[in-house]
Amino acid sequence: MSELAIELYREPPVRREHNVTTETRWVRRTLIGISLVFLLAFLVVPLVEVFYEAFGAGIAAYFASFEDPDTRTAISMTLLVAVIAVPLNLVFGIAAAWAVAKFDFKGKSLLTTLIDLPFSVSPVVAGLVFVLLFGAQGPLGPFLAEHRIHIIFAVPGIVLATIFVTFPFVARELIPLMETQGKADEEAALTLGASPLKMFWTVTIPNIRWGLLYGVLLCNARAMGEFGAVSVVSGHVIGGTNTMPLHIQILYEGGGDGATAAFAVASLLAMLALVTLVAKTILEWRYGDELARSHKH
Amino acid sequence: MAVSATLRAPFVKSSALPGFGLTLGYTLLYLSLIVLIPLAALLDKSAGLGVGGILAIAMEPQVAAALRVTFGISFAAALVNVVFGVIVAWVLTRYEFPGRRLIDAAVDLPFALPTAVAGLALSSLYASNGWIGQFFAMAGIKVAFTPKGIFVALVFIGLPFVVRTLQPVLAELDDEIEEASATLGATRLQTVTRVLLPPLLPAVLTGFALAFARAVGEYGSVIFIAGNIPYVSEIVPSLIFQKLEQNKYADAAAIAVIMLAISFAVLLTINLIQAWSRRRTGNV
Repeated sequence: MSELAIELYREPPVRREHNVTTETRWVRRTLIGISLVFLLAFLVVPLVEVFYEAFGAGIAAYFASFEDPDTRTAISMTLLVAVIAVPLNLVFGIAAAWAVAKFDFKGKSLLTTLIDLPFSVSPVVAGLVFVLLFGAQGPLGPFLAEHRIHIIFAVPGIVLATIFVTFPFVARELIPLMETQGKADEEAALTLGASPLKMFWTVTIPNIRWGLLYGVLLCNARAMGEFGAVSVVSGHVIGGTNTMPLHIQILYEGGGDGATAAFAVASLLAMLALVTLVAKTILEWRYGDELARSHKH
Repeated sequence: MAVSATLRAPFVKSSALPGFGLTLGYTLLYLSLIVLIPLAALLDKSAGLGVGGILAIAMEPQVAAALRVTFGISFAAALVNVVFGVIVAWVLTRYEFPGRRLIDAAVDLPFALPTAVAGLALSSLYASNGWIGQFFAMAGIKVAFTPKGIFVALVFIGLPFVVRTLQPVLAELDDEIEEASATLGATRLQTVTRVLLPPLLPAVLTGFALAFARAVGEYGSVIFIAGNIPYVSEIVPSLIFQKLEQNKYADAAAIAVIMLAISFAVLLTINLIQAWSRRRTGNV
């Protein structure tokens, strides 16, 4: 057969409009339009508003907002809480995932349900449980008062409440990931004579690093942004136990110039959210296969 | 001895890997200290009231009003999330258009953005002099500092749940059943409503339940925009806060237990939906 004949027998390209498994062009455009308008109104506009209001009074006013010592205390408070809470949940997440994903034992599904429990508890309830436990009227109250240990309305309470609300992030990211990876790599390392510790650092950790980073990112974003739980236990001591989200509320309710300052602090947290989203998206695009399949929240 | 040992299944299947005792022990210890013991303190505090006492608190006019506001608006917001969530998930998985991946990534914003920031931005947008609020104000509608404001905040908070539960299910739908349906003479509308949407129902219900559960417990974004007027725009978490400030710890615990009971009921419902879906279609 000549080349010309082959050319003639080539099928004409399929035009999408005639495709039976999709909608007509105008239906598609309408649905895309509805989605875009909805997401624009509910996602993009609020985000733009934060930066617009933060910089509305000029760049000088924006940076002046961070001169306020109370704002600075709030920023360092947020960093301090995240620096304590995230590593603790990281260690827990790895331990829990190791036990749950690599071994078969009775009550495993109950344990995974309990690990997910903090996600279904309202943040205010999460704060409340610590007030009930450590507050002056609680079972441990008199003992703590006697030894002058401050937990509620102090840093330890804020850290505890933050750990509670961010508790499942790392574990629930690692458990499905380590379950799909199985045990073969680790068993091979042990057979080849590696010590358990060496196996952990040279086999397990490299296998789970992207999932681990993913979990830590989400955990950190929530730890720095938590409002309800922290609000209950903090006692709102300005220049003391205020974190950034709490300080936003106080500045906003103060009115006047406070609104600009509130949006300036909010813009820092919004940037954190954007960085988290970008990092998360890059991880999903590049290492999607290595990450756990089920990313439900 | 030997007989009983073989009859009783071991607690853990034997494995060549080390560290089971250490990691499980640490997991249980940490779980107990952070989650279980504090939650037990809550149950202990409310147990003193008994079921009757807890129900009596739920019947108090202010509490009953807050429960109505919280659950009613959460339900409405979750419904809106279902309608738009189905459309957004459909568009993102089935159509190709410029900026699709960017928009897909942006759907997670309500998960990443701190609730206080969301509440601050929404209350300023929907205030009667705000960008969006001014248009409503022209029509004589006040959004911020009314129950409508709570609705707006809860739609924002619940937005990703339906989209994210639907996307994987939509992506796995088989092209062949659509082609078969079209070959057998169904119009596109019939194919969509009779063939494509029914298998999505469990995922839609799960997404609805997740968005609803999240909305019921939400505090940060709502208090900025709600105005928190008792009997009108006061939500349950805000009422717990108020009881604490009045040193009514038992009341706060009782209201919290009611909320916990309801969120467990929602979780149970999700599990039942998924079990039902597995039985019916053989996938989650």
